[in-house]
Amino acid sequence: MITIHQLTKQFGPVTAVDRVSLTVNGGELFGFIGPDGAGKTTLLRMVNSLMLPTSGEVSLWGLNPVTDYKQVRTMIGYMPGKFSLYLDLTVEENLQFFASVFGTTVAENYHLIADIYSHIELFKHRKAGQLSGGMKQKLALSCALIHKPRLLILDEPTTGVDAVSRGEFWEMLRKLKHSGITILVSTPYMDEAALCDRVALMQNGNVLQVDTPIGITQGFTRPLFAIRTQHRHEALQSLRGWEYVHKVYPYGETLHYIDHRQGVTVDDIEAYLSVCGIAHQGVQRVAPGIEDRFMELMDG
Amino acid sequence: MTHTETVITVSHLYKKFGKFTANDDLNFEVYRGEIFGFLGANGAGKTTAMRILCGLSSPTSGTAMVAGYNVAEQPELVKRNIGYMSQKFSLYEDLTIWENMRLYAGIYGVTGKAFRDRAENLLSELHFLNHRHELIAGLSLGWKQKLAFTVALIHRPAIVFLDEPTGGVDPVTRRQFWEMIYEAAHQGTTIFVTTHYMDEAEYCDRITIMADGKIKALDTPGNLKASMGVETMNEVFVGLTR
Repeated sequence: MITIHQLTKQFGPVTAVDRVSLTVNGGELFGFIGPDGAGKTTLLRMVNSLMLPTSGEVSLWGLNPVTDYKQVRTMIGYMPGKFSLYLDLTVEENLQFFASVFGTTVAENYHLIADIYSHIELFKHRKAGQLSGGMKQKLALSCALIHKPRLLILDEPTTGVDAVSRGEFWEMLRKLKHSGITILVSTPYMDEAALCDRVALMQNGNVLQVDTPIGITQGFTRPLFAIRTQHRHEALQSLRGWEYVHKVYPYGETLHYIDHRQGVTVDDIEAYLSVCGIAHQGVQRVAPGIEDRFMELMDG
Repeated sequence: MTHTETVITVSHLYKKFGKFTANDDLNFEVYRGEIFGFLGANGAGKTTAMRILCGLSSPTSGTAMVAGYNVAEQPELVKRNIGYMSQKFSLYEDLTIWENMRLYAGIYGVTGKAFRDRAENLLSELHFLNHRHELIAGLSLGWKQKLAFTVALIHRPAIVFLDEPTGGVDPVTRRQFWEMIYEAAHQGTTIFVTTHYMDEAEYCDRITIMADGKIKALDTPGNLKASMGVETMNEVFVGLTR
């Protein structure tokens, strides 16, 4: 089990991580979701022993990354946000290097990476620097796994990766989870929250909420309406001028509208839109998304 | 929004590198004031097509007209009439907001009173005029992103190309950014968005999806989802490119 208690990191006047406390259960796929600058990377680096906290502490199955860093490093597989393998070594050489650094062999733990490595094995004599983005990602994951870590820490593994590769990557994480590895993963893509067992929503060094993806969206209790219109700019202006508006903002293809009144109906909103002369293709009561809840939490 | 005037016309466009066909018979039109999403997997030929539309590369055959100019014959005129905002932040950190604006405006030949009027106008709309002498380095990511978009509009381009414009920003800033895009589109600027973020694609008026050098689909996000019987653009994308 991972326990993070009042963890804080200060860089001069900037508090990158601010008294974060949370617990991750063994075998969990746990996501840190938040925009750039939320403190995700700093937090993960304090957990994996690469950075010292200003205050607070971390316990990884009873080990402290500050004092027990030697043991901690053998039990962690870490994939940093920036591709950090040796570009001038081949795929195979990189993998062998990481295995030997951790005192093991590729053969011993091959079963753990077989699924992932099989996609790039054909290119094992190619230099890492000449791989495509998706292949680099698979190699980095293989290298992070080759010493059979108890805990896998992935910092923004899907940033800049296309939707197909992203889907494949999350599928791999699911499988790894089933083999019993605990996984911490960070991402700025809010829609990826749904793929985690539980998530921590982060903003400005703070954890806004920790819950299951369903629990997070259930925290949003106001009636929410999606308005479909081709005149989004005009509709936003008009709705913001309505006396009952709480909030209205773009949400994908639609606008999301939240009213001050509890009993507001689709008809009320449609009537207002027609008074304003805004053509639309329908107003619907919808379930909130993770971003709706995130914005609500940002408001405090 | 009625889309009648065409600002990009691509017709039988091919780009070959040796035996490899990066763009294979592309045909599409983009309208004035439209928010047009250009999607594709890594290696689908998106970047090659974008470079051609920006006048940085010539087609092997076929034509592309951008803002009224032929990309192969008048690439310099194409460049003058488009704006570009990269995913990687492109303003100079050690210059002020105003200095950055003057630099980019100057590159496009917007100087003197024309520059001052335009820059003041754009910053006033952002309610940021009072901050114009602040260094970029001290600004939040959200502001940097919004200013980068503003700078891309400084020479009143007909089309602005945006590369994954809201990756990594918080959901509130993300919406402010899309509202800026809606506003620019409303005023007649065409917005050409490339992104890996399918969620971002949902904000576009129409979308093309490329795979293996070809355009696999072109429609509104709603029609694409309906035609494939799925809920999200992610499923559309995976269905078309896998």
